Amino acid sequence: MQLWEVFVRARAGLHHQHVGSLHAVDAEMALENARDVFTRRGEAASIWVVPSAQIVASDPDDAGELFEPAMDKVYRHPTFYEVPDGVANL
Amino acid sequence: MSPTSDPAAPDIRVVADASFIASHRLTEWVSSAPTMEEDVAIANIALDLLGQARGLFGVLGDEDQLAYFRDASDWHNPVICELPNGDFGHTMLRQLFLDVWLSQVWPALADSDDETVRGVAEKAIKENAYHLRHSSAWVVRLGDGTDESHQRMLAALDELWPHSEAFASDAWYAAISQLLTDATLPPPPPRTRFDGERGNDAQHPWLPELLDHMQSLARAHPGATW
Repeated sequence: MQLWEVFVRARAGLHHQHVGSLHAVDAEMALENARDVFTRRGEAASIWVVPSAQIVASDPDDAGELFEPAMDKVYRHPTFYEVPDGVANL
Repeated sequence: MSPTSDPAAPDIRVVADASFIASHRLTEWVSSAPTMEEDVAIANIALDLLGQARGLFGVLGDEDQLAYFRDASDWHNPVICELPNGDFGHTMLRQLFLDVWLSQVWPALADSDDETVRGVAEKAIKENAYHLRHSSAWVVRLGDGTDESHQRMLAALDELWPHSEAFASDAWYAAISQLLTDATLPPPPPRTRFDGERGNDAQHPWLPELLDHMQSLARAHPGATW
């Protein structure tokens, strides 16, 4: 059986988030298994399943060149703005 | 009035008992399903069926009394629900027979005069749609799968078909024939209630053993709470 990654969107307006992985022989079974394993307590408005083999992942050895240059650039963070009260999901 | 499983005019005693006993047989798979994912799926379906049965038991009388203190001869489930589990394909085929029947039963019950029955039915229609999707996908997958899975599904069909007469309306037969054809399993000719092996349903050959197990705790400690 193939490994699948599962993404769940909790409700309209939010984005899908990775929640875990599971085994299934085909896309239909992956979707059904995802429904049963990850959404049985009403967590979802939508599910995506993606074959894990299709995920292209960064190499941990490249972490230095990929991520460290962002560490000292504080001006890239929106820390200089006031967030008004009542803005959800920011 | 003798119980009937006619989907056009369902007897809620039959529907409740069928759901309850089928739920119990499904729970026997928990921890031994082919995969962990399927384990959770089967447990979900068993819980849905249990909830549907409980809803109807509440209309019929005292839930615990009906579930735990009733002897085999007083149950109205079709015998197919109590058949001991075979392999996984056998369970999925039995579930398909039941799910197709219930897909015809619940819409009829959604027009009931009883408000509680209507409520149970409306919730059950959605649950059943998922159960049917699950069991039909497995039957097609295994029937139209490997040589071994195909042979096993043929054997399951051989064993289960004689018990299908409890469900056999024209609509049930039409839906099942189509699904079996999709699964590359040749649909046998329809059974009727008069084929001779009926009557077993009143005898419940496998129910005493199931009830012995299921009811033992409640009967050993009547009225116990925790």
